[in-house]
Amino acid sequence: MKSVIFGSGVLAIAAGLGVYAWQANTAPTPCGNTSVAGAAIGGPFELVSETGETVTDTDVITKPTLVYFGYTFCPDVCPIDSMRNAIAADILADEGVDIGTIFISVDPERDTVDVVRDYTDNFHPEMIGLTGSPEQIREASQAYKTYYRAVEGDPDYYLVDHSTQTYLMFPETGFATFFRRDTPSEQVAEITACFVDQLA
Amino acid sequence: MTFPKLAPLAVIAAMAATSAMAEITVTDAYAFETAPTAMAGGGFLTITNTGDSDDVLTAVQADFPSVQLHTTEFDGDIARMMHLEAIPVAAGETVTLAPGGMHVMFMGLQGNPLTAGDEISATLVFEQAGEMPVTFDVVARDTADSHGEDRGHNHDQNSHDHGNSHDH
Ligand SMILES: [Cu+2]
Repeated sequence: MKSVIFGSGVLAIAAGLGVYAWQANTAPTPCGNTSVAGAAIGGPFELVSETGETVTDTDVITKPTLVYFGYTFCPDVCPIDSMRNAIAADILADEGVDIGTIFISVDPERDTVDVVRDYTDNFHPEMIGLTGSPEQIREASQAYKTYYRAVEGDPDYYLVDHSTQTYLMFPETGFATFFRRDTPSEQVAEITACFVDQLA
Repeated sequence: MTFPKLAPLAVIAAMAATSAMAEITVTDAYAFETAPTAMAGGGFLTITNTGDSDDVLTAVQADFPSVQLHTTEFDGDIARMMHLEAIPVAAGETVTLAPGGMHVMFMGLQGNPLTAGDEISATLVFEQAGEMPVTFDVVARDTADSHGEDRGHNHDQNSHDHGNSHDH
């Protein structure tokens, strides 16, 4: 299948290679997960919120937050990962730990404000769904060193390759760790709670 | 409504399917409900070939603008969903389309989301067994099922168990 890079793809690929570079450079942390030595994951972004307002990272990351990049046309992997994050948030809520969950679309063409809001509400009433212009999304993806690329096909039904890591971010200190998609919700909750304790 | 409730017909269809084409059996056909504005949904099922000859699932037909067979491959942490031309089901084998791997992709839902309790009437097209009717039950996305295992966490809103609702 011939694939095409939509607009910002070259930079997204560069960011994707960065993911491998920093993942190789991991070390155990007291919370039992791997963290990243000296890598700058995260940082400022400007995206469009569920109400259509332009928001920045500081508007939406106001507490420890799980951040995931995906697209709503994805009916299988993205929902599993989003649901995993939502369950982790609920487990923590039961334990009195308040965390947020964010889904950032990497499909600006199709993922309108309404579509992303409905999609995230399906997983958790408080999950924040963010979309934006291709440029805004490219910048957010680059900040988090994630990869995405739309694969050419039907203009309505094209698919998007994308990174599936979930990032644990703190409002003050930024990136804490990341979770691969095979990490169960209980473990995400446990490790997140450990970081919350540590950084409290 | 695009997905009429056809439970009695589905039962008849299932019976017809097993008697007329005994070599291929399809069970556990289900799809997860989608958001109201969703553009696509995924269907899952288990195909067993009890015959002596290999068969191949080549298409799924249903009342959507586009229906394809898909799989997701992982390159490290990068997910690549892709179109499959066919899914082989060798003699004596069982092939399961399950979350995180192969799925039937229902595309172009716009305005007609998949709602828990609905059923999707579809036709599986096999090279040898020919056309076979199948009904996908639309189920809520259960939190325990989403990782294929129940680790004992009882989530308030999702404590209901649909785990057996798609066993026929
Ligand atoms: Cu698909």
